Amino acid sequence: MRQVIIVGSGPAGYTAAIYAARANLHPLLIASSVEAGGELMKTTEVENYPGFADGIQGPELMMAMQAQAERFGTEIVLDDVTNLELDGEVKRVTLGNGDVHEALTVIFATGSAYRKLGLADEERLSGHGVSWCATCDGFFFRQKTIAVVGGGDSAMEEATFLTRFAEKVYVVHRKDSLRASKAMQDRAFNDPKIEFLWNKEVAHIYGDDLVTGIGVVDTVDGTESTIDLSGLFIAIGADPRTHLVHGQLDLNADGTIAVDGRSSRTNIAGVFAAGDVIDPTYRQAVTAAGSGTVAALDAEHYLAALPKELLASAESQPATV
Amino acid sequence: MSTAQDVTDATFADVVLNSSDTIMVDFWAEWCGPCRAVSPILDAIAAEHSDKIKIVKLNVDDNPQMAMKYQITSIPAMKVFRGGEVVKTVIGAKPKPAIEADLAEFLA
Repeated sequence: MRQVIIVGSGPAGYTAAIYAARANLHPLLIASSVEAGGELMKTTEVENYPGFADGIQGPELMMAMQAQAERFGTEIVLDDVTNLELDGEVKRVTLGNGDVHEALTVIFATGSAYRKLGLADEERLSGHGVSWCATCDGFFFRQKTIAVVGGGDSAMEEATFLTRFAEKVYVVHRKDSLRASKAMQDRAFNDPKIEFLWNKEVAHIYGDDLVTGIGVVDTVDGTESTIDLSGLFIAIGADPRTHLVHGQLDLNADGTIAVDGRSSRTNIAGVFAAGDVIDPTYRQAVTAAGSGTVAALDAEHYLAALPKELLASAESQPATV
Repeated sequence: MSTAQDVTDATFADVVLNSSDTIMVDFWAEWCGPCRAVSPILDAIAAEHSDKIKIVKLNVDDNPQMAMKYQITSIPAMKVFRGGEVVKTVIGAKPKPAIEADLAEFLA
């Protein structure tokens, strides 16, 4: 049995691991089989993570966090959690390969999942012109016309990145102003390849085998128009990834996991949550990292108050049950 | 490093199209994080089902002709070939059980 199992490998998960490992809690971190490192693995330049005056590549930052967590004894498993049993003093974590791990505490830091437009043809054309990852797929749109949907930082980052390849990038936004940071806005406004389509909502995606265009509706006057393009990048935000804990952990109305005040404590003793999965507002790499710190310290505090016999049983820690 | 054989624009016809085996081509690139993540999973599937399916890799940076011919717009893209025809396309990095489910008809 473990003292701490961390589910998730973004800034929250890795930072929780760094703190827990340095506190000699020998954490086991379940990183996911194909999404280890989380959201930042799909980004390019990160310019607002403190300590990197010249910026750092997202994947590079996450590899460094992983290395730092491992340096202090974090054990990392590249697999997916398929089931969590959080009730009771001993928590059980089941993985895709069938292994079951037990722990006295669980730190849940699964981040969020991309939001979809909810259009009929979105799924069918996903991977055939509809994309959620500019850094993965932008390469295939050289000299093409494409559109990015969304008005936040990630939409601006994608649009700016995509101008490296595309001839023309439309930004389709349903409002007449952006919620993206000033720096990201300015960069997009000053880019000659980017054209903003304000007050427009994507209503249709056209194409048989590949995307050939989109239909947009004006949110003010309701007029419809068609735009010929070959790629549609969707960056309209993300929803907290909580399916593993439905029916176990209390959620807020916005879908995030409910925690006690400024702490990471969920409604179940010994279960802590951190990062984007509890944050409807800020969702930055550095706030997630801070949140991971809080969770590790809360877990450490909780463990310190447990009976000695129980703790002793966690010290032996066989690999699996 | 992946254990899969590399295939190129030049060798594609020989290795993939003219083969009598079921061959899955993994279209990938160095800069694609999800491609790196899925690579060991494909290696494991290839090793466990070596009698049923052969998996090869095509670097889209170095081999633009095949990437264009097969209309790749998102990677990782895995295409299963039989008798020179694409019989299945799997797009995106997914956990091993999900990819095995996608490939069930070829692994049985």
